[in-house]
Amino acid sequence: MKTRIIIDKIFAFLALISLGIILLPLAHIVAMVIINGARVVNFDFLIKTPRPAGFPGGGIANAIEGSLVLVALTMGFSFPIGLLAGIYLAEYGRGSLAEFIRTLVNALAGMPSIVAGLMAYILIVLYFGFSAVAGAFALSLLAIPYIVRTSEEALRGVPNDIREAGLALGLPKWKVTIYIVLGAAKGRIIIGALLAMARVFGEAAPLLFTAFGNPHHVSSIFEPVDALPLLIFRYALSPYPDWHMKAWGAALLLMIIVLTINLVIRITIRKRYAVRF
Amino acid sequence: MKSNQEKFFETIFLSAAFFIVAIVIVVIIELFIRALPALRTFGVDFFTRDVWDPVRREFSALPFIYGTFFTATLSLVISYLLSVMIAYALTELIPKWLSEYISSLVDLIAAIPSVVIGLWGIFYLIPVIRNIIQPILRPLSFIPLFSGTTFGFSYLAADLVLIFMITPIQVSIFKEAFLSVPQDLKEAMYALGATKYEVARHVIIPVSRRAMIAGVILAYGRALGETLAVTMVIGNKPNITLSLLAPGYTLASVIANEFLEATDPLYTSSLIALGLILMIISLIVNIVGYFISRGLKR
Repeated sequence: MKTRIIIDKIFAFLALISLGIILLPLAHIVAMVIINGARVVNFDFLIKTPRPAGFPGGGIANAIEGSLVLVALTMGFSFPIGLLAGIYLAEYGRGSLAEFIRTLVNALAGMPSIVAGLMAYILIVLYFGFSAVAGAFALSLLAIPYIVRTSEEALRGVPNDIREAGLALGLPKWKVTIYIVLGAAKGRIIIGALLAMARVFGEAAPLLFTAFGNPHHVSSIFEPVDALPLLIFRYALSPYPDWHMKAWGAALLLMIIVLTINLVIRITIRKRYAVRF
Repeated sequence: MKSNQEKFFETIFLSAAFFIVAIVIVVIIELFIRALPALRTFGVDFFTRDVWDPVRREFSALPFIYGTFFTATLSLVISYLLSVMIAYALTELIPKWLSEYISSLVDLIAAIPSVVIGLWGIFYLIPVIRNIIQPILRPLSFIPLFSGTTFGFSYLAADLVLIFMITPIQVSIFKEAFLSVPQDLKEAMYALGATKYEVARHVIIPVSRRAMIAGVILAYGRALGETLAVTMVIGNKPNITLSLLAPGYTLASVIANEFLEATDPLYTSSLIALGLILMIISLIVNIVGYFISRGLKR
């Protein structure tokens, strides 16, 4: 009788210890990003481009602009395609063709991000060179399956009564889909797209040999561009202490962007749907 | 009878889906074609020899496949145990209001980009491994896992970074699963005088098993394919060893590090072959996970 209680207590103790083992380092990561980052982030840091290594000053405007351009291109490309494919799978897809498409999308979703970079390199960079477009294509390979799945799930979540009500009024199926079902699923679809966007902001691996990096202001989407995560990776591995500090500054910016998107989503979900995700 | 408009819209939706399918198929074929020179040159040796020598133009995948599985599997096992415990603590032990705050925190932390965790790894984790963990482990150096000395950049560093990255993912999935276990099942056990541990062990975890497998597969996929955070701390040296303190290399990190330097066509082809192998490994993991969870349904 007694040993059962002791086992229970030991287990509870270990569970709380585990919580601490994970929470403390993660809290330390966040704290160090904030403390180190805050020391270098100022107005110049945000609007100036990097100076040569060894010269003080300069900023990371190239990476901020690059990240914004890359994410805008990626979302502009993958949101329409992902949404339309999601509509097909949820509203029209029947039988083995839909099953095949769904399997392929799932396979794409499980693909390591570095492989997306290789794919974009082979398909685009080999012919047109490093560019923001190539980077956005690589990021799209990661974003599209995510958007397809969240759109499909959102559309499936719409009750059938609504569809039937529309059809009973004599509306054709495409009108029911676009005006009624899509309207009802709009919120969740946008949330899915925002989550994909947050993920795309933080991805650097697919950009290594597509967007490549560029120390100047963004001038064209057909030129190489830098990105925040790419700059962090490069600066962290450099031998210059000044660049290390700038990497922390970039990390702080990136963390603020990603966490803000996530927080906005969380707050909207709680308000609109009164459920927790 | 479908109207023309109806067909028009259905075609638009279908062509978007086909566009995705076409891209994926074209890209996979292209990857395969470009990996072929390496696979043809080295044949079976590509998977059995322990060599990676760009100067002598000898390449093989073995050390990287080993490094990938060694890091991903070990970190998955440890992270799984921690995640079960944490999800148990969050759902059964801690008061609800506090647990909601901690859960939100864990979910937010899961969203931190991996490169930021890698940055932290270089400047805080590596010195800790070199100066604190290494002396502690020295008495245990007769165990192969802890043999040798380290500068900090090591399999151990990669494992720890991966654990910090995949634990939040597993915790949030496990926690949802634990919460959706029907209350009456738990209460039936409590009514019989069971302790919280016994309820967790005999009711909560078995009932949640299917959802938990989905979480494990997701986490394993992330760990196998994680690139930058691992590249930043693993030491980047092809190394088939049991020692956690030795530097290593993974499929993803060798591609990230060497692809742009590779000027020799055979070198490039070998790296693309590594990418193909990585893709196939993560596909297999997903398929196996799919069948395990389907098997459990019945």
